Amino acid sequence: MISVDALWWAGLAIALALASAALSLLTASVPRLLRVLVMPLFALSALSALIAGLLALINGGVAVAELPFGLPWLHWQVRLDALAGFFLCVIGVVSFAVGLYAPGYVRGFEQGRDPLPVLGGFGGLFLTGMLLVVLAADAFLFMVAWELMSLSSYFLVAFHHDHAANRRAAFLYLLMAHIGGLAILLGFGVMASVGGSFAFDAMREAQLPFGWASVAFALAFIGFGMKAGLVPLHAWLPEAHPVAPSHISALMSGVMLKVAVYGFIRVVFDLLGQFHWQWGVAVLIIGSISALMGVLYALMQHDLKRLLAYHSVENIGIIFIGLGLAMLFYASGHTVIGTVAFVAALYHTINHALFKGLLFLGAGAILHSANERDLDKMGGLLRRMPWTGLFFLIGCISISALPPFNGFISEWLTFQSALQAWQLESGVLRSLVPIAAAMLALTGALAAACFVKVYGVAFLGQARSRHVRRARPVPLSMRAGQGVLALLCLLLGVLPTVFIGLINAVPQQVLGHGLVQATAQGWLWLTPVSPQTASYGAPLVAIALFVAVGLGLWLVGRGVRRVRRCDAWDCGFAPPSAAMQYTATAFAQPIRRVFGLLFHIDERVEPQQNGHLRHSLQVSDRAWGLFYTPVVRAVEKTARQVIRLQSGNVRVYLGWTLGTLLVLLWIMA
Amino acid sequence: MSLDHLTLLQQFMVVLAAVVLFTSFVLLQQSRLVAAVHAFAWQGALVAMVTAIVAVAGDQLHLFFSAALTLGLKALLIPWMLHRLVRRLELDRHSETLRHPALVTMAALALVIFSYWAVAPIVQQELIFTRNIVAVSLAVVLIGLLMMVIRTQAVAQVLGFMSMENGLFLAAVSATGGMPLVVELGVAFDVLVAMVLFGVFFFQIRESIDSLDVDRMNRLTERVDEP
Amino acid sequence: MNASLWALTLLQVLLYAALAPLLVGWVRKIKALLQNRKGASVWQPYRDLYKLFGKEARMAHTASILFRAAPYIVFVATWLAASAIPLIAIPMPTSAIADVIVIAGLLALARFFLALAGMDVGTAFGGMGASREMFVSALAEPAMLMAVFTLAMTAHSTNLASVVEYQLVNDNILRPSYMFALAGLMLVAIAETGRIPADNPATHLELTMIHEAMILEYSGRHLALMEWAAQLKLLLYGVLLANVFFPWGIGQGTGFAAASIGLVVIVTKLALLGVALAVSETVLAKMRVFRVPAFLNLALLLALLGLLSHVILEVGA
Repeated sequence: MISVDALWWAGLAIALALASAALSLLTASVPRLLRVLVMPLFALSALSALIAGLLALINGGVAVAELPFGLPWLHWQVRLDALAGFFLCVIGVVSFAVGLYAPGYVRGFEQGRDPLPVLGGFGGLFLTGMLLVVLAADAFLFMVAWELMSLSSYFLVAFHHDHAANRRAAFLYLLMAHIGGLAILLGFGVMASVGGSFAFDAMREAQLPFGWASVAFALAFIGFGMKAGLVPLHAWLPEAHPVAPSHISALMSGVMLKVAVYGFIRVVFDLLGQFHWQWGVAVLIIGSISALMGVLYALMQHDLKRLLAYHSVENIGIIFIGLGLAMLFYASGHTVIGTVAFVAALYHTINHALFKGLLFLGAGAILHSANERDLDKMGGLLRRMPWTGLFFLIGCISISALPPFNGFISEWLTFQSALQAWQLESGVLRSLVPIAAAMLALTGALAAACFVKVYGVAFLGQARSRHVRRARPVPLSMRAGQGVLALLCLLLGVLPTVFIGLINAVPQQVLGHGLVQATAQGWLWLTPVSPQTASYGAPLVAIALFVAVGLGLWLVGRGVRRVRRCDAWDCGFAPPSAAMQYTATAFAQPIRRVFGLLFHIDERVEPQQNGHLRHSLQVSDRAWGLFYTPVVRAVEKTARQVIRLQSGNVRVYLGWTLGTLLVLLWIMA
Repeated sequence: MSLDHLTLLQQFMVVLAAVVLFTSFVLLQQSRLVAAVHAFAWQGALVAMVTAIVAVAGDQLHLFFSAALTLGLKALLIPWMLHRLVRRLELDRHSETLRHPALVTMAALALVIFSYWAVAPIVQQELIFTRNIVAVSLAVVLIGLLMMVIRTQAVAQVLGFMSMENGLFLAAVSATGGMPLVVELGVAFDVLVAMVLFGVFFFQIRESIDSLDVDRMNRLTERVDEP
Repeated sequence: MNASLWALTLLQVLLYAALAPLLVGWVRKIKALLQNRKGASVWQPYRDLYKLFGKEARMAHTASILFRAAPYIVFVATWLAASAIPLIAIPMPTSAIADVIVIAGLLALARFFLALAGMDVGTAFGGMGASREMFVSALAEPAMLMAVFTLAMTAHSTNLASVVEYQLVNDNILRPSYMFALAGLMLVAIAETGRIPADNPATHLELTMIHEAMILEYSGRHLALMEWAAQLKLLLYGVLLANVFFPWGIGQGTGFAAASIGLVVIVTKLALLGVALAVSETVLAKMRVFRVPAFLNLALLLALLGLLSHVILEVGA
């Protein structure tokens, strides 16, 4: 089989990632190694993962192998099919950019007190974990890799552990990752009990009755949804992602969330292999709510990295809207449209990985050169860091789903599948799907508003603080990392047919239906259902846009090229100062007022001693009060109960051990 | 059943039913009482038009009569009475703002979908196109009830009640080609009497609690611990 | 055949740019007449544009390169969006390149850069305008897409040429969904093109501006492009309303006769729409900014009712 080759590349990727982790132990004595050895290895590992994924997608076919580890009766099995290949590409491409970017970024840590081996070592292990999750072909290896991914990322989140808030975020992350992991484990348990084995092949063969299948689906949805950050299970995400070093944030938001999406697709679309409209509706509703709530909360943030983390909630919601639509259409027998929705979800998966990675790297660049995360203190960065400004602008346009960049393509495909709702037999579904589309439209428009805010406040206008005024361009390696992702954002937006042709192998293998008609009209035309229904000539639109803007600049700007500089209009009063500019908080005020019901707003104006007024505004997440506080309280309460066992007497502990042993033996017998 | 299989009259009926639904939304959202009364009058007129169309299409003479009755009663007489009441109670400048208008709209939209879901299986198959109108009428009924739940103004609640009645009437007309004349006369009479009674009640309520805000009626409970 | 098709398309695209100032001049003239003024000539917007293109462009010290590029991007994106809507004849290959979702996307792209340009100089006005513009559009865009989706679901196509053609072929059907979509889209058009009651195009009172606040710092050719783009946007929405909901008279072939009849018809339709707009702007007062959400909620409600009445009343079996 041809894709044994691909499997070899995947193995190389894992080996390189492990080597990068192992070598980073040396950085304790020689900090420079992190930059010159560990991170290049990391990039190489990512590159070979990308090659493996591309080979798997191009060649099709399935490669399997058995590793001599694991349980005695079940060796670890790995399997590389189109779905795994696609996600290897997602992991590979973003990790590669991160590998390029990191040498410049981690340079700042060399002088600090932070433990470099932790950064490099767990970075390598994190990548290994993600690669193994995607490659795993039995539940046992899957769970081991999943935990490896969660644990190593926990240490990365806790990297800046000198702040109490960061430790708390990391702990919360660990707790939620484990609750999610438990749900996934139980879900595999349900499937294994019917299939008779923990191997994925057995689970795929097993025909679960509707009841048990629904239980497994619900457990997988909760478990993977928690990791992916679906509302209302998302509250850990905006706490944990921003506190990690920025290139790790890019990996977590850009890639790790996608691994959760992979898990969901693997379990529901591949292993369970059956679709019910009830599941589709559940996924669609939760996805829509996540998308809308994610973007609304993002709008309220003024910490750049937190804002980006909330946008991950939004984009995961959009991906799940696509998946929900695919399930709905497949459940009612409309395979063509279901495939369109599925491809839309996959396309958005890679898109989000690209632009969210790009934006987090951009945020890291700002942090690197201006040491600032608060939007309300930035301003005028475009003139100080032009390249980062350009790349960040591309990221902003892409995530706002504007043509001709990539975010638009996936949103367009999602809309196209939702527009086929009239074919559904059930009237309720027919009316639910357009409402989900309306939520998606609202989400897109709000995202655009949010990124006008981000870019306008951070990169345009005047600097709002002294250290931002002194910002300098970042080193070449950091620019290269961002540039790769920005270029890909453009390519995926301009040549959708090429990439859909690649992705096509995934639905072909998983669902048995490809999206042949989408690219049947040649590379210029994207026609998801049929040319009569809808078509989009992405390259033509892009060419028209670029040529016309270029011509305009040349023709109109030619004769009178000189532009005289003058002062801004000041209404005849004092010249406008940096403090007079709209801040991020002010920008979002109208939206905060209209959607006030959804937030927990604490706004007060208090008179100070000196006669001045002090305005304070705190917008917090309602999910905390509704969902997290009860869970945390319950955990703490149980912990207090358990403490009673801790008497300190060794014989009491031994007694417990004896009792447990007896109970276990009794169950076995 | 797509629209192009229907005759022009039937299509017109579908359009009217949709507009009736829209007036229900307007009624629900309208914060000014006078404007709400006008919206209610329009709803009555539209229902009367639907009745007239059913009469033309089915050539049923008695439906003309009930169309005229509806027009006279729901679109003219009752709105006029309500209008006068509002003016005499000096409520014409009163406006009541809903606390979460978007949420209320969402709830009403959900009711529309729900009533479609509820009606689709129970109504017989031969009512091919009017079945959807029955769904719309059920939605009008439910939105009327929703209006009574969320509005605190007694007059607005009466409007909600009356629009429920409109919905029921629309359902009857579109599903069965109208009720027997006797029943219709009886219902019309009931509505009229109810309207008169409401009018009397308004004055009574206002005299006793000095407002028409039904939330204030909580005061009327007998409290044991009151000094 | 193919050459004449593309020639016709090119003609329509150029007509868009050429007609846009005229519509604005016409609306201003009618408004002036309604207010008992004589008003400027309908050609005045052309003279203004000509004058602005000849003038020197100035930029604030704090403006960046984005400020310079934005007018071109805004204008081109708006123009491209317009060029996918059939103006005088249905056969329009550009409709296949950019369907109605792409049109919405291109308009959003223009708006994105417009708002960014507003924030670039770093004055309070620009930020305020950008904030309000994005706020209004965030509520208007879903309403617009829903209204358009109603049409697309009816015609089973998001290609506007097909939508118009479907409407022409099946013109004897009364659709409640179209009625709601039309009403919703009209409200959206008013809000998006910055007309009364959502915004006032004639004001320079700082607290009431949205669009004018964003372009306050522009001058010379940059301002000309921004103004022209705004005029194009008004024309775009006008044609969308006129040709999608009332397509009768639009040319169906590539012939000269069909095209010239189509031109006469669309000019008449736009003139009528302009009168309606002028009348509504004369009788209505501008809303407070925080009344606009209620206005747009109504648009969204209408659009959603349109969709629901389509899926419930029209395809319900």
